[in-house]
Amino acid sequence: MSILKYFYTLRPPKKTAAVAKERLQIIVAHERNLRDSPVIEYLPMLQQELLEVVRKYIAIQDEDIKINIEKDGECEILELNITLSDENQ
Amino acid sequence: MAKIIVVTSGKGGVGKTTTSAAFATGLALRGYQTVVIDFDVGLRNLDLVMGCERRVVYDFINVINGEGNLNQALIKDKRVENLFILPASQTRDKDALSLKGVLKVLETLRKRFEFIVCDSPAGIEHGAIMAMYFADEAIVVTNPEVSSVRDSDRIIGMLSSKTRRAVQNLPAIKEHLLVTRYAPKRVTSGDMLSVEDVQEILAIPFLGVIPESKSVLQASNSGIPVTLDKKSDAGQAYLDVVARFLGEEPPVREKKGFLTRLFKN
Ligand SMILES: Nc1ncnc2c1ncn2[C@@H]1O[C@H](COP(=O)(O)OP(=O)(O)O)[C@@H](O)[C@H]1O
Ligand SMILES: [Mg+2]
Repeated sequence: MSILKYFYTLRPPKKTAAVAKERLQIIVAHERNLRDSPVIEYLPMLQQELLEVVRKYIAIQDEDIKINIEKDGECEILELNITLSDENQ
Repeated sequence: MAKIIVVTSGKGGVGKTTTSAAFATGLALRGYQTVVIDFDVGLRNLDLVMGCERRVVYDFINVINGEGNLNQALIKDKRVENLFILPASQTRDKDALSLKGVLKVLETLRKRFEFIVCDSPAGIEHGAIMAMYFADEAIVVTNPEVSSVRDSDRIIGMLSSKTRRAVQNLPAIKEHLLVTRYAPKRVTSGDMLSVEDVQEILAIPFLGVIPESKSVLQASNSGIPVTLDKKSDAGQAYLDVVARFLGEEPPVREKKGFLTRLFKN
């Protein structure tokens, strides 16, 4: 067996069906999540106000703050992420 | 009490009408009083697939509007005892169906039939909702292909939110996954999602798989539900699906190693 062939059998190229499966798993999980989480109208407002509070102390950009609600079984998680770049510190 | 079964998918052209015709015919062959209703208003096709297009006089919407009675609209199949077809209207637009009207017709049919099979139009709008709203069980027809799988997932979401059972907090609709137009060779070569893949992604109970088959087109060309073609592999697969739906465990046919595997767990 040539070296090349040996590597080929070790790691055959990914078949398109496997690619399809992976893509579907991701998009379906994402869309289910959207479907199952209640639409929370105050979320953008909350994000805006948080941004203003944080800005009193640290200079951040609009996109540095991310707010998200996720459902994990019975439990809902409010996730808040503020990214501080090197310049802020 | 009659069972109402919707055949649905979201995406068009995946085999809903083929399945509705084959499945309803299979139930009637087993001796059940069965009616199959075309909900695809404006795009009537079940009549062609069932081979009764020249016998349509009154349709579903005529009955709802009181322009003809149900007995005048129901077409009795000439080949299979206990099998009736209720055609869709070809002339009206899809909004002509109303929940109230559909309920009225279903209530009358419930008294006379054991199974009511509803052939849903494509899409996720009014027509599809009308077809699924009163269902007790749903057959989600899916092709092993990305768009079809994703659309099926949308439909599964609607079954658990936009139907009578969901709205009234009744026991949920019983869902069944039916994978159609399946090409085992392409699965082996890695070009097509396997039944296991589709089932894993959609995560609803598996009912069966129908192979891609020339006999399906031949059957629809002739207006014969494919379950009446004894030589058709797809027809045989639909008969297995009917048996499994009725709670039997049909023998696993040759060349279906994937089935044995699916049922082992
Ligand atoms: N198992 C199958 N093998 C081959 N062709 C099929 C199969 N199932 C459906 N078809 C074909 O696919 C097309 C669409 O089927 P149809 O039942 O009308 O889909 P839908 O009602 O979902 O739009 C038709 O031409 C039909 O003959
Ligand atoms: Mg159709």
